[in-house]
Amino acid sequence: MSDSLTYAYYPGCSGAGTSMEYDMSTRAVCDKLGIRLTDISDWSCCGSTPAHTVDHSLSSALSARNLQLVEKMDLDTAITPCPSCLTNLKTAEHRMQKDAMREKVNKLLDTPYNGGVATKSVLQILVEDLGLDALKKSTVKPLKGLKIAAYYGCIMNRPPEVMNFDDPEHPMAMDNIMKAMGATVLPFPLKVECCGASFGIPRKDVVMKLSGKLLDVADDLGVDALVTACPLCQMNLDLRQTQINSATGAKHNIPIFYYTQLMGLALGMSEKEMGMDKLCVSPRKAIDAIGKEEKK
Amino acid sequence: MKIGVFVCHCGTNIEGTVDTAAVAEAAREFPGVVFATDTMYACSEPGQDEIIEAIKEHKLDGVVVASCTPRMHEPTFRKTLERAGLNRYLFEMANIREHVSWIGRDREANTNKSVDLVRMAAAKLLNNKPLHAKYFDMNKRVMIVGGGVAGIQAALDCADGGLEVILVEKTSSIGGKMAKLDKTFPTVDCSSCILGPRMVDVAQHPNITLYACAEIEEVNGYVGNFSVKVKRTATYVDWDKCTGCGICMEKCPSKKADNPFDEELGKTTAINIPFPQAIPKKAVIDPNFCIKIKRDKCGVCAKVCPSEAIVYDQVDEFVVEEVGAVVAATGFDLVDWTVYSEYGGGDYPDVITSLQYERMLSASGPTEGHIKRPSDGKEPKNVVFIQCVGSRDKSIGRPYCSGFCCMYTAKQAILTKDHCPDSQSYVFYMDIRSPGKMFDEFTRRAQEEYDARYIRGRVSMIYPKGDKLVVRGADTLMGNQVEIDADLVVLAVGAESAVGASDLAKKLRISYDAYGFFMEGHPKLKPVETNTAGVFLAGSCQGPKDIPSSVAQGSAAAAKVLAMFAKDQLESDPAVSVVDIKRCIGCGKCISTCPFGAIKEVDFRGQAKAEVIETICQGCGICTATCPQGAIQLQHFTDNQILAEVNAVCRF
Repeated sequence: MSDSLTYAYYPGCSGAGTSMEYDMSTRAVCDKLGIRLTDISDWSCCGSTPAHTVDHSLSSALSARNLQLVEKMDLDTAITPCPSCLTNLKTAEHRMQKDAMREKVNKLLDTPYNGGVATKSVLQILVEDLGLDALKKSTVKPLKGLKIAAYYGCIMNRPPEVMNFDDPEHPMAMDNIMKAMGATVLPFPLKVECCGASFGIPRKDVVMKLSGKLLDVADDLGVDALVTACPLCQMNLDLRQTQINSATGAKHNIPIFYYTQLMGLALGMSEKEMGMDKLCVSPRKAIDAIGKEEKK
Repeated sequence: MKIGVFVCHCGTNIEGTVDTAAVAEAAREFPGVVFATDTMYACSEPGQDEIIEAIKEHKLDGVVVASCTPRMHEPTFRKTLERAGLNRYLFEMANIREHVSWIGRDREANTNKSVDLVRMAAAKLLNNKPLHAKYFDMNKRVMIVGGGVAGIQAALDCADGGLEVILVEKTSSIGGKMAKLDKTFPTVDCSSCILGPRMVDVAQHPNITLYACAEIEEVNGYVGNFSVKVKRTATYVDWDKCTGCGICMEKCPSKKADNPFDEELGKTTAINIPFPQAIPKKAVIDPNFCIKIKRDKCGVCAKVCPSEAIVYDQVDEFVVEEVGAVVAATGFDLVDWTVYSEYGGGDYPDVITSLQYERMLSASGPTEGHIKRPSDGKEPKNVVFIQCVGSRDKSIGRPYCSGFCCMYTAKQAILTKDHCPDSQSYVFYMDIRSPGKMFDEFTRRAQEEYDARYIRGRVSMIYPKGDKLVVRGADTLMGNQVEIDADLVVLAVGAESAVGASDLAKKLRISYDAYGFFMEGHPKLKPVETNTAGVFLAGSCQGPKDIPSSVAQGSAAAAKVLAMFAKDQLESDPAVSVVDIKRCIGCGKCISTCPFGAIKEVDFRGQAKAEVIETICQGCGICTATCPQGAIQLQHFTDNQILAEVNAVCRF
């Protein structure tokens, strides 16, 4: 916890909308832990899935515009909570290492970007820059008694040569954070499986099947809740949980937290501050389990 | 000196891109050359006869052959010269195949380069002197390192040939990987029934001394006269007294010791004889688990041992064995498959290795021959085999095929049906590689008669669901994704070089490849030799091999040792360093740089001088480069000879 924990912060569009509670809790948790976030002024959308599906140079230009703004802020690292934004920002940086691509992209920009800004996930800097020991020390209300599993989604750590963080098949960063803050973390075998992502719009049945499988395995494990790090994963599992239930005949009732929301509770902040009221599946049962002695 | 030059076509190998006739034409102008010609195959019988006739007709006293690498045919042509009555060191070879014709396509440039190489060879030859080999005695004992099936075969063949054999085995019993197998492919005969008697032969052979629980500590000396220091690890049991009765194992209260023989499938006792057919059948205490050794309590084995063989304070011992040849037969180990986190990285108890499955199938194994899931002991119904785990995978640095996994997987699928008739086996494969006698028929039998379902494709992940394991993979023939609810998953884990192989290679001064497998002398023609005289190879230490190939190599290595020992004496290479005593100032620099310890200091009329021990010198030339006085010269590669070559090529 030194002065060096200062980063440019890129919330991403979903942070300003559907995953407001992720953005709220991330900012609050960072503030509590002495991590200074400086908003990138006039940031724009990373292009999300549509941009890179249509045109790589256009997609890279959208991300490069934001990275160039970070360069101007005199900061060398940008952090974002959203894995999809992270992938776009990192892929742009990766692609622009090739001269031809850099020239092509810079033609599309008002101000050229020459590379050099590191983009990381909030998760990565929590584990690598702040460290688990500091998290353990800052915990005032341990998550004791809460049985959870961590779900990373398919793009947080992949492809490994671009993302360069944690194990692409068996990541442990969220597991370790939650353990450090007192939760009982069960090994989640599908932690890097796809939830169906943006297929929720064109092919809802795909999401029903894929996210349904995640919830099945979570129920088999007997967890109180799942924690996620991705707005789209969270939405598919939380917002669509009733849809999944009616499509597959299952009776899931699993709260889906952002890991930062649980961190906030452990750091002593209120449910309100963590935006718990924004969740679709009621988190009541899980939150009440915190601090209780395990039965049996 | 009258020099003859022979420029070889090597069929089209050289003639295709070198004008050999023009090279011969140019050679006629070189100093000393009185005869030059091109020839179709210099190494063939007519080719050699042509050289001999030319020597006689033109009264040649030196010969240059421009052809392939000296590693290939220098010995051939040296013999040709000897048959014509010339000293074999009055011969030079210009390599215009590997160094010219095979690597360049420009015929004119190739021809010019060949002319230069021949010019250098002729210039050196003018400075060559006849050299004569000396003869030295050898110790006709052989050490075999590694007691797997290859080492056992080599030991028995050498011993039957009348040689005294020292067999050194790292673990407490010989038998190697083969002793762990239940059955062998493609005959499905019992592995220990065919290996067991061979192991007994080793124990009973009067010519074989067996050191189990022993490793090579240090190797000194040279071909014919090696001196090998062997470390005998403490077993805490006096093996002269131990009868192998096994009472100690029955009574030992420490029952959670590591069980490497059963591939850690289940635990064993701290004092242990790994399996019923073990040779030697002697108990060994694992000090990491012995209560007496760790905490000075217990002592039960010493109390119950009827022959008072337990020695808790035993320490490692060292013995030195003098031998003339060494055969390395150290085998292989399995790749660490836990790097594959998509297969659970070792977290799922019902994902096991094929070698663990062998132990499970074996009647003397931890489940007494019953197939049981490690998690709950239930008999599995769906068994999924995944091939190429740690083979043919560049991403973990194992790009090679382990060679035997396709076959043992087919065997295990057949045995699964035999053991559990209601079971269903699935095999995920990349390609079925079964090029051996009766091999392809065998893999077909697994599919056609034993109903093993073969799915061509890789498995992307295994995850637990209830008490099953879901195996998800691609079926690349059908072009779709498959998911199988498995009760047991068996990984055909690939082979890698044995733990410690590179250390042993350094001690033996032999080469090893990027993966730690030992390098053979020639990939085709010297499969069991190494580039170090007197050191031979057998079995999987050279590369993954099945049992018949390992046995064949064991016999081949034994044949090489027997052939070497059939001579009365070994010939020393006269191309060694010689000290000019008048120039030597006794500085000792050569002594400190010689990697073989082949130079000693002697007193000559009160002055220190260096002296080369001819039989130890390997002719590397380091001393020649070190000597500030130019007093030490490597014969056949003297400064003057090398400078003559340099002058010949740098004429302008």
